Amino acid sequence: METEVKLTKLASCAGCGAKVGAGTLSCLLEGFQTHKDPRLVVGYDKSDDACVYVVNEETALIQTTDFFPPIVDDPFLYGQIAAANALSDVYAMGGEPRLALNIMCVTETMDTTTIQEILRGGYSKVFEAGAVIAGGHTIHGAEPIYGLAVSGFIDPQKVLTNSAARPGDVLILTKPLGVGILTTAAKADMVEAPVMDRIYQQMATLNKTARDIMVKYPVHSCTDVTGFSLLGHSFEMAQGSGCSIHLCADKVPYHKEAYELAEMGFIPAGAYRNREFAQAGVYAAETLSRALQDIFYDPQTSGGLLIALPQNSAQELLKELQDRIPSAAIIGYATEKQDYPIYLESDS
Amino acid sequence: MKELDARGLSCPEPVVMIRKAMISKENAYQMVVDNVTAKENVTRYAQHQGYQVSVQEADGEYRLSITK
Repeated sequence: METEVKLTKLASCAGCGAKVGAGTLSCLLEGFQTHKDPRLVVGYDKSDDACVYVVNEETALIQTTDFFPPIVDDPFLYGQIAAANALSDVYAMGGEPRLALNIMCVTETMDTTTIQEILRGGYSKVFEAGAVIAGGHTIHGAEPIYGLAVSGFIDPQKVLTNSAARPGDVLILTKPLGVGILTTAAKADMVEAPVMDRIYQQMATLNKTARDIMVKYPVHSCTDVTGFSLLGHSFEMAQGSGCSIHLCADKVPYHKEAYELAEMGFIPAGAYRNREFAQAGVYAAETLSRALQDIFYDPQTSGGLLIALPQNSAQELLKELQDRIPSAAIIGYATEKQDYPIYLESDS
Repeated sequence: MKELDARGLSCPEPVVMIRKAMISKENAYQMVVDNVTAKENVTRYAQHQGYQVSVQEADGEYRLSITK
């Protein structure tokens, strides 16, 4: 009989907090020889959620992959969260996932039930997404890993990149922030179980509903808020779109429990990497507390969609979203390019 | 003065270490950490508990003087 090992104890960092910083990545890839293929309309050079390859006039292929070490001890939940997170990149492009491949690493101490439960979690979410797991690859290693490589399809005319916001657009965020701080604090037993249950359920929730509603509206740009945090992803959207983004700090939804935990220093390393990457481009109102800024730099696992669309459609989209996703909120707007890519504003 | 060594530990362990040490409510602690996240997080925790923190950096390590 093998002794039961807590999954998260096998992981050295949590969820999307394990992600290598955006600045580091672009430096690593600099100068590599690559083919230029005009059908690859969204590639790695765009810092987008997924790549998009135009197959013919009606169809473009979306590809993405995402995986991370355990962020929760329940293996089924871990599988669900990892899969929801991987599928999200397809939704963020406005597409629908169709095929997925498992990517998995297991340690010598993990029993077969645990491994099977992780996979069952992954399969359940891919099934819910209406897609199929067609295979995968599993290796042995020092730390457990689970995630998916996902392929989806979209009409090439309807691709939603993260770099097409326009001045006058309003920004909507569909899931509250604070997930990275709360999972870090949970590792130190600082969070009540019902709070973490809420967080895990949020992470396991597909962005499918948000995507299905969003595509009925004239959305200009979309991304999912994950490892690079709200500010990191907003920064990329602003830079890529050639505009400035104003975020109304008081309107951004976040889990209230994360605030005091941020004040107490339960902040994942990824939040500091995000701050380092984006802060030169962020003008923050002086009245904004450090803890609130920490929440905006907090890496999210399986975070919500950040949607940019014209103001005259925003209220209608928000209303339809809120019927199904009560946490959805208008959090800011885009303007012509100003001195800073991001303005973090506060009414108070 | 209590001395704590959190080198080699990653978040949230250094905060857990200082949190446990502060149960005894001493007036001064010395702590050494070896990454920016630990330095920032321990500083936040100590300040939240009403302490002042000064940091000395040397050879990639941070020595935190935490005082009331």
